[in-house]
Amino acid sequence: MSLSLLIFLPLLGGVAAWLAERVNPDLPRWISLLTCLLVLLVLTSSGLSALADPASSQWLLYSQTDWIPRFGISFELALDGFSLLLLVLTFVLGLIAVAASWSEVEERHGFFQANLLWTLAGVAGVFLAMDLILFFLFWEVMLVPMYLLIAIWGHENRGYAAMKFFIFTQVSGLLMLLAIVVLAWQGAALTGKLSFSYGDLLGLDLPPELAFWLMLGFFLAFTVKLPGFPFHTWLPDAHTQAPTAGSVLLAGILLKTGAYGLLRFTVPLFPEASQTLAPVAMLLGVAGIIYGALLAFAQTDFKRLVAYSSVSHMGFILLGVYAFNELALQGAVMQMVTHGVSTAALFMMAGALQHRLHTRDMRKMGGLWQQAPRMGACAMFFVLASLGLPGLGNFVAEFLVLLGLFAVAPWMTAAAAVGMVTAAIYALWLMQSAFQGQPDDDRQMADFGVREMTTMAVMMVALLWMGLYPQPILDLAAPAVQSVSNLLPANTLVAGVAP
Amino acid sequence: MDGLLIPLEHVLLVAGILFACGLGGLMLRRNLLFMLMSLEVMLNSAALAFIAAGARWQEADGQVMFLLVLTVAAAEVAVGLGLVLQIQRRYRTLDMDAVTRLQE
Amino acid sequence: MNLALAAIPGLPMLSATLLILFGRQIPRSLGAVLGAGSVGLSAVLVAGQLLAYLDTPTVVTATLWTWMSVADFSAAIAFHIDGLTVVMMSVITGVGFLIHVYSVEFMWEDESFSRYFAYMNLFVGSMLLLVMADNLLLLFLGWEGVGMCSYLLVGFWYKNPANGAAARKAFVVTRVGDALMALGLFVLFTDLGTLDIQPLLLAANLNWEVGGTVPVLATALLLGGAVGKSAQLPLHTWLPDAMAGPTPVSALIHAATMVTAGVYLVARLHGLFLLAPATLTAVAWVGLATLLLAASAALVQQDIKRILAYSTISQIGYMFLALGVGAFSFGIFHLMTHAFFKALLFLGAGAVSHCLHHELNIFRMGGLRTRLPVVFLSFLIGSAALAALPFTAGFYSKDGILLSAFTAPGIGPWLWAGGLLGALLTSIYSFRLLFVAFFGEAQTEPDRKPGLPMAIPLLILCALSLLGGLISQPLDGVLPDAGHPQVPHLIEWISIGVPLLGVAYAYYAYIVRRPSSSPAEAGGDSPVEGFLFAGWRVDALYNLLLVTPYRTLARWCQGEPIDHFYNGVVSLNRLCHRGLAALQTGELRWYATTFVIGLIAVVAIVLRSAP
Repeated sequence: MSLSLLIFLPLLGGVAAWLAERVNPDLPRWISLLTCLLVLLVLTSSGLSALADPASSQWLLYSQTDWIPRFGISFELALDGFSLLLLVLTFVLGLIAVAASWSEVEERHGFFQANLLWTLAGVAGVFLAMDLILFFLFWEVMLVPMYLLIAIWGHENRGYAAMKFFIFTQVSGLLMLLAIVVLAWQGAALTGKLSFSYGDLLGLDLPPELAFWLMLGFFLAFTVKLPGFPFHTWLPDAHTQAPTAGSVLLAGILLKTGAYGLLRFTVPLFPEASQTLAPVAMLLGVAGIIYGALLAFAQTDFKRLVAYSSVSHMGFILLGVYAFNELALQGAVMQMVTHGVSTAALFMMAGALQHRLHTRDMRKMGGLWQQAPRMGACAMFFVLASLGLPGLGNFVAEFLVLLGLFAVAPWMTAAAAVGMVTAAIYALWLMQSAFQGQPDDDRQMADFGVREMTTMAVMMVALLWMGLYPQPILDLAAPAVQSVSNLLPANTLVAGVAP
Repeated sequence: MDGLLIPLEHVLLVAGILFACGLGGLMLRRNLLFMLMSLEVMLNSAALAFIAAGARWQEADGQVMFLLVLTVAAAEVAVGLGLVLQIQRRYRTLDMDAVTRLQE
Repeated sequence: MNLALAAIPGLPMLSATLLILFGRQIPRSLGAVLGAGSVGLSAVLVAGQLLAYLDTPTVVTATLWTWMSVADFSAAIAFHIDGLTVVMMSVITGVGFLIHVYSVEFMWEDESFSRYFAYMNLFVGSMLLLVMADNLLLLFLGWEGVGMCSYLLVGFWYKNPANGAAARKAFVVTRVGDALMALGLFVLFTDLGTLDIQPLLLAANLNWEVGGTVPVLATALLLGGAVGKSAQLPLHTWLPDAMAGPTPVSALIHAATMVTAGVYLVARLHGLFLLAPATLTAVAWVGLATLLLAASAALVQQDIKRILAYSTISQIGYMFLALGVGAFSFGIFHLMTHAFFKALLFLGAGAVSHCLHHELNIFRMGGLRTRLPVVFLSFLIGSAALAALPFTAGFYSKDGILLSAFTAPGIGPWLWAGGLLGALLTSIYSFRLLFVAFFGEAQTEPDRKPGLPMAIPLLILCALSLLGGLISQPLDGVLPDAGHPQVPHLIEWISIGVPLLGVAYAYYAYIVRRPSSSPAEAGGDSPVEGFLFAGWRVDALYNLLLVTPYRTLARWCQGEPIDHFYNGVVSLNRLCHRGLAALQTGELRWYATTFVIGLIAVVAIVLRSAP
């Protein structure tokens, strides 16, 4: 019951926010705030009680209701530590997105907040659904409101960006739908029962050739969303054009659905086929790390730079997932959470700058530390987090990924370690061109206020905590991660990349 | 076979010729009025084929279809003439090559 | 016990946090008390540790909490205090405290006073974590932490883009080393299954054979990290530029502590390096090459801080030389004495620029001997110790290094001769600095004299630079005992005499035949001098090979070349659209005709395929 509440609360909250605008234009954002808080409350209370009294099964919480029994489709939701972690991230970033949009949105407040909440509902559904058709449904549900967020409240080139985002995700999503249907059909042929349930489709004895193609369908959908090199080109446009709250949600959560899908579906459903693909996936990961960092350095647009840094960071997730050992997988999970926080913060920073300076062009910035030292200090913190400074969460993630990867693919690790240097180059360049250098004395700019500092402080504390004491998160994700890493013999040297 | 004075093949041939005439008119005439008339000819050729077939197999279906075709033709003329009037009013011409709004 | 140990790095970090949060609200004096006082307090705590260790040399360990534990990997926030750590902690907090006190006066007029102390405290805390760490991951945290503080402090005066560039260069170049070091950690963990230092050394002794591939690979990667942080060839280029920061920063970070972290790393993991003789030899050669290159570059510099920067690179080269020939304790000894006299020289240089309208070019100084006597005394003692004149602190350590180098099997005499040449150059450039800046005609008049907060640290460091050679370090049982190397007396006398020769030459060249005019700004008139002035043009080489290609590549890729592919798909789509749209003329008769043709075609196909 509480699981479906996690999805329906934001859905209904969205409707309420939409209607509430007629009463008072300030009301919608309060409704959003309350909805997110309420969901977090439900989530933590049910999550904690389930953790205190762990069931014997794989899931902490599980619920199933028939939906279209004729085709073996049911409304099946389940929660484990991994999805609990991502759901908490989702709604905390939801709160932050509401805070980011507090004074930025100038028209159609109600519909904006409604779309925000509907996106969150879709994401929550993606993290909970255990029926593949239901999963696909939520996959689409989160796409449409996000499209609207970009297309209605975006910046100057929003139409193009929104369309590109939609087409990339939609095309790859259709490949996944095809794979889902064929997989279920094949499952029916093998077991005699048509079912789209995750549990029923695990461990099917598929012909290797077919398994590979089906895996590719899932892989493409998730890699486009992640985004992995070379399917990432929608991301810089979408992130740059989206309103701040949209960028926060996109970078913070929507990208994680891709990573979640790889970990939850692609690898467990097709372990052997995934292993065949591993060298290619790793290569894409490394290419993404270096290419993303190179292009981030080349940008002059603040948001675009941060967007490319996301491409670079997501490369680590590909590496972590396809190293198939617990260390690297835990690193990938950590990366999902820490990147969500650090990049969301950087996008908020970009939004705050655009709100104040009416530009994202870093050539028109410089010396902002003089006028806004609090912003400067926050930016420095998150830039350092983003380049992987030990003591902050992102380092733990990247270190674990590379440590795990080294045992299976040393040369890939060496190439990925180049990312440590290139990340420093673009991150410090960002700092230099926006906040350091000669200040423009004619410029008047307000520093962060209480609301903005509070959100920043929340994210800083989160990153410090994850950097210095990540153990609770690692423990929470451990069962899910171990079940994935146990699918394949530990520390198998991946063919083609071993020395 | 006994119910027919004229062999079925001949009737069908006439219907075919009529149809071809109508089609030719539709494709070659530019005036909308003539195109409508060509359409009528084509409809009637089809109706003729129905009648002949109905008579050939001693079935009422042919007659029924003929009535349906008549109704359709009437409706078509009503709508078609309405359109002709509108087009005449808007474009001051009935030359269909000049009226290419369908493109958009 | 845990709390007392945790407070040693904890106090400066706490103070840094307070200064960052409330720096603007609290008055300057309170900021100074907080900034210097926290380091002072941890110096007191370190003194307690030192006394306890001198009394009974037992290793103290403390585990605060488990940092991360995944599968068979685990790392804790844990400390390991032995003789080496105690020595390092004493140097860091002792010299650090003096520099903090000095900074109070030096930075008093700066608008970002509290930000400065926040960064400095953060640095001291990170550096302490580095040396106290029980495992290599925590060490790496401190390692990167000090790098970050170095970046923040080099670019402290952020309004000048050149400072920002220097700071970024410092960070990025050392990050190259850090990436190598991280790879080294991966090799160690993959092969030995742990990153805790003591179990690691044990496991290495059990599992590794001397000179095997893995030991050489692992230590070579670690050496990469050490080379980056300690500004050795080929990653030394960042240090001369890093002088853009405030001078006390250069004293603390770029002379006394952070840059010697590489030396500490090799000494701490000497058990691994001893299993990889090839790497150890490489350490010696890197040290020798660096010390010669840097010393020759220091000969022609004009900026007082750049001379000292090259000198620092060169002196760390000596430490690497010591490590490379297995004289680990001499390396650490030189690290300590170098911290004293180089901090003294940098603080002296800071005092000069503080009193001389921020002048840094030694050729625009002159005659400061009588005008700034305390500073002159500092430079006199500092230069003497740097040149290793007999009975100064630098003499004991450097002599030990040279003689140990001589006894190294096979390559010993070569290393010794190279080191001796370096010693000659060292004494020439250090006394060139002294003679040019402090003797002769005054070019610029000082507008003030250093106050007590600056003078007292200088005097204390003077004493340490003179007498620091008599300190015996409690390194027994931690590092292999080198003992006093046995060499022929002739070698010993030559080693002592060569620096005096250098002083005599400097006296001849810069006092007797004092150049009437200062050399050109670009560093001298002959191409050789220009080459040396530019630090052997290594920077230009790297710009050509790495920086420019990276920038060019970035510019090429700026518009996202991969999008060309997707745009191509879009264009293809559009082309098809145009082609099909052209069929849609809007002409009714055309539609009818095509309709008929289509119908006929369909009927024909159906009829053909019908049986």
